Amino acid sequence: MIISNFKDNLTFSTIELDVGLKAALAKSRSDLIAELTASQLKGRGGAGFPTGVKWNLAAAAQADVKYVICNADEGEPGTFKDRVLLSDFADLTFEGMTIGGYAIGSKIGIVYLRGEYTYIRPHLDAVLAARRARGLLGKNILGKQGFDFDIDIRMGSGAYVCGEETALIESLEGHRGEPRNRPPFPVDTGFNKMPSVVNNVETFACVASILAKGSAWFKALGTARSAGFKLLSVSGDCKKPGIYEIQLGLSVAKMLAVVGGEDAKAVQIGGASGTCVPRSEFQRTIAFEDVSTGGSVIVFGPDRDMLEVTKNFMEFFVEESCGQCTPCRDGNPKLLGGIELLEQGRCSMRYLNELLALGETMQIASKCGLGQSAPNAFLSIVKHFKGELMGRTHGVH
Amino acid sequence: MADNVRDTSRAPVSQAGHFIAPVEDDTLIGGRVTLTIDGQEVKVPLGTTILDAAKKVGIRIPTLCAHPDLCSAGLCRVCVVEVEGMRTLQASCAYPVSQPMKIHTHTRKVRQARRHIVDLMLSQHYGECYACVRNNNCELQSLAKEYGVDFFRFGHPDKPMCEKDESSHSVIRDMNKCVMCRRCVRTCIDLQEVGALEAVGRGDKTKISTFMDKPLADVVCINCGQCINRCPTGALRANDPTDEVWAAIDDPTKHVVIQTAPAPRAAIGECFGQEPGHALTFEMNTALKLCGFDKVFDTNFTADLTIFEEGAELLLRLQDALKTKKGPVALPQFTSCSPGWVKYLEHFYPEYIPNLSSAKSPQQMFGAIIKTYYAQLNKIDPKDIVTVALMPCSAKKFECNRPEMTDSGFKDVDYGLTTRELAKMIHEAGIDLPKMAKSDFDDPFGTATGSGVIFGTTGGVMEAALRTVIELVVGIKVENLFEHADIIPLRGMDGVKYVELKIPSVGEVPAILKPLFESWDFLNGVTVKVAVAHGTANAKKVMEDIKNGGPLAGCHFIEFMGCPGGCIGGGGQPIPTSQTIREARSKAIYDEDSAYAVRKSHENPAVLKIYTEWLTEGPCSHKSHELLHTHYTPRGKFIA
Amino acid sequence: MFVSSQERLKSDISAWLDRFGRDRTALMPVLQEIQKKYTHVSPYAMQIIADAVGIHPVEVQSVVSFYAFLDQSPKGRFVIRLCNTISCDMQGKAQVAQQLRNDLGIDFGQTTTDGKFSLDWAACLGMCDQGPALLVNDIIHTRVTAAMVHDILETCRKTFGVYALETKHEEGHA
Repeated sequence: MIISNFKDNLTFSTIELDVGLKAALAKSRSDLIAELTASQLKGRGGAGFPTGVKWNLAAAAQADVKYVICNADEGEPGTFKDRVLLSDFADLTFEGMTIGGYAIGSKIGIVYLRGEYTYIRPHLDAVLAARRARGLLGKNILGKQGFDFDIDIRMGSGAYVCGEETALIESLEGHRGEPRNRPPFPVDTGFNKMPSVVNNVETFACVASILAKGSAWFKALGTARSAGFKLLSVSGDCKKPGIYEIQLGLSVAKMLAVVGGEDAKAVQIGGASGTCVPRSEFQRTIAFEDVSTGGSVIVFGPDRDMLEVTKNFMEFFVEESCGQCTPCRDGNPKLLGGIELLEQGRCSMRYLNELLALGETMQIASKCGLGQSAPNAFLSIVKHFKGELMGRTHGVH
Repeated sequence: MADNVRDTSRAPVSQAGHFIAPVEDDTLIGGRVTLTIDGQEVKVPLGTTILDAAKKVGIRIPTLCAHPDLCSAGLCRVCVVEVEGMRTLQASCAYPVSQPMKIHTHTRKVRQARRHIVDLMLSQHYGECYACVRNNNCELQSLAKEYGVDFFRFGHPDKPMCEKDESSHSVIRDMNKCVMCRRCVRTCIDLQEVGALEAVGRGDKTKISTFMDKPLADVVCINCGQCINRCPTGALRANDPTDEVWAAIDDPTKHVVIQTAPAPRAAIGECFGQEPGHALTFEMNTALKLCGFDKVFDTNFTADLTIFEEGAELLLRLQDALKTKKGPVALPQFTSCSPGWVKYLEHFYPEYIPNLSSAKSPQQMFGAIIKTYYAQLNKIDPKDIVTVALMPCSAKKFECNRPEMTDSGFKDVDYGLTTRELAKMIHEAGIDLPKMAKSDFDDPFGTATGSGVIFGTTGGVMEAALRTVIELVVGIKVENLFEHADIIPLRGMDGVKYVELKIPSVGEVPAILKPLFESWDFLNGVTVKVAVAHGTANAKKVMEDIKNGGPLAGCHFIEFMGCPGGCIGGGGQPIPTSQTIREARSKAIYDEDSAYAVRKSHENPAVLKIYTEWLTEGPCSHKSHELLHTHYTPRGKFIA
Repeated sequence: MFVSSQERLKSDISAWLDRFGRDRTALMPVLQEIQKKYTHVSPYAMQIIADAVGIHPVEVQSVVSFYAFLDQSPKGRFVIRLCNTISCDMQGKAQVAQQLRNDLGIDFGQTTTDGKFSLDWAACLGMCDQGPALLVNDIIHTRVTAAMVHDILETCRKTFGVYALETKHEEGHA
């Protein structure tokens, strides 16, 4: 059920290259999207929007120019699976993007690569050049008349929020990476106001795999509501950190057994914006319907100070909030302030309750997904570890 | 053009909201959307925002970052509502509806979120309400009241955290009071296309800044003050000289003279609880006397004078271009009444300075005349005269401080006062303005003409100029061409207006212009092309068109006003502002024009008198150039 | 022929704009090139780009100030960014940080007086399974210990020009 962190063992290494693209080009656009929809693939970046539905909307949009954008701005703390994918399976991701270009009627693909991964750029350029040389990018791809598609790489410059798709588009357009109002959605009004599909690196790799092996194969994996397999980036207090592939629906406990983190007191799933699962809930499953994740799994051992963990997360959000909307810009520093009070053992229960209520407001009133998930870690850690957090004596943990 | 159709391409899309074009005939299937708002059903055209839909059923949703003149940004989040089936709350100002929805505007979640948001803003806002110019007219204060804030849940700054920027003669920025609604940014970049302010930094360090945090006086700010009009708090305000004005009034050795521009009188009633659109011209004259001003003059007198000076200048340029054909002539000629526009040109199109009329603005002409002609006439030493200008404008404060504006040998205009500041003085003097008896302006300048009055609104300068040019050049009555002398094509709120007028025949050159022109033959059969633009965003469109040799490059005369709507929408006018309010003020201006007995500048007896008694060589003569004309400074947009 | 530094910057920007286009979508790539070559985006550079793509200088500054990897004042030739995220924290980041401070004699957010090194925090570098991680310019170092800090810095000190060491992480291709 779990495949360990040797990359040769991952399903992606069993996918024969170009098979998916050939299969896709043999189909009509609508059949292709139908195949994808049938696979029940959901976005691998964390939000879990059905990919088939997204592509269908973009395909239906009337426009001369459309874009296929690969979100390689992997910035969620504890996530590194896209780094591995781009380093070892870049072809598969580019193949998925090319399939996307055919599906929605786009000629231009853009990879938005985070600035921290600049060292992967030469490798990606080389892979793209090789694909062009092999006729997998460029004009009349694989002899398909009229299907032109090429991929350009654009770099990020150190802003976590650009992983939010509309912020990413703003950044591509030369603006601050500030998320847009929704509606409109990028499939309708995206990059340069044109319909754009924005998907995660892993999603594109999955698309190529699904086209290569069929939707039935993919759908058979995982659970009814969370089809397929998923890469996890595991780090923290465990014996074997690294990349793991699971079928969705796996319990936290089983995962911990494999990675060597059985004695964990909690696991942060989904990164700083995810949820903290305490030991008492380790029977919960990793799936869209239960604990959803873009791939980040951080294991906290029995001696880990959960307040330090929360503080690290909140400092991250104070720094990485785009500063646009009130709840996120001004709310995060208040939560951090609360943590500092807890650290000094000076936070009243009344004020902590105010902050918990504020956290709930941030979850529903912030403008974008980042702001909405910024208080998640704070809320879940405070909920599960109140005893550990309250009434500290200064300097003593 | 409806507000929401305005081209907002300058703004980042994150700040531009979404716009769904309404179907032409919304009775067609799909043209309307049925919403249920707090249990009430309402059908609205596709693309209506939740905010506007709620208004239709009498539900007021609080807003802060939304402004009717600006694209909706959806970033303060005060206007959030709950939509059934959606996990998160939606910003009603930025949510155009495209499908049926059930909306709840005041559930527990919504109320709590709004309260938290107000609390968060208060935790960042140095609220010295008693000592704030916006006390009682502050949107944050109103929100705090509305949401029952009775303690500072998340703290409140008790000291200012940063320095005020008081470098500008016109606009003061106090970022201690900023709540990051970014209305000023959208005003400056998107509405006005000036680009002096933008959000800088990220996260909780985000702040509104000028380029490299330089003082406002050192950047490309044109002083239009539109940001002041749209700031919800006291973070932006005009540089207020009322203390100095009171001091001058209180000083018995000083002769304090005030000139009042047309736009403030059409708006000042709003500061006294009146609906927009009531002019209080003559009530204000009485109030000003009660406040202690020695004389109250009408700026329209120099507006009429401007028509002569600027009009003669235009005719001279046309004579050079069409008759003598000596060298290149800078055409089209641009108006120079609006100091915001003038500084905009100096920054962004300095190569077009020769096109700018050298005639001073009416404010500055008046200042020069008061300290020379008026001083001589009344045997007052000009050093003892204090000239105050009541203007709808914050840029006028900068203009009167330009170093070149001292042609009388003194500072021609000592203080520029905005409509808001005068209203404050009148309040302070305990005067109930609307109840004042009416009284006339003082001699020797008397009551001006309707043409002078309409200088206060977009198209007005051009209309006044055409009324005079038609009569003096063509030799026929304007009324023969335009009913009631109303040149309707120049009116209204279209961003750029263009009018052609063929001169069918020419008349005699009137005596006053004889020194400059032998005959009008060079104009015979010429089609005069004029254009009007208001707001610097529209000015930019015109300038770019001219630069690219577009149709507007063929114009002869273009009226530019720096503010949307012209002076009635100026940066010194009462807050709030909106297209509706500006239209109402504009109507008040045109109504006043209609009511005047004399409606053409060249028929103003006081102006004719000044040309016979004092500026005896006529318009654009040596003496008038000395006092009534000026020069400009190419500033460029680069900052060292 | 003598070329002033401003003229060189101007011609560089012009060349980059030719490559990336002359509209606002070219802004990020051009800023990244300027940052790479000049270690910061100066106010002068901001005005040149603003003029070229038809926006206002303050808008360029707004963008520069938003991104952690773009700077408004000069940085050292080697920018060291230590990952600040929890996973690296749990693997001994604090010790590495302290040793960096000791060996460089500066704190985070500062640049050495000789202009050689800048020290900064970074958000998650995506090396959580091999922490603590740090970036030296574009090059990633993983499983960094306090003892390794000296060697990393010495290698930089000895390098004149482009820092072109082999990257030291496990799936490396750079």
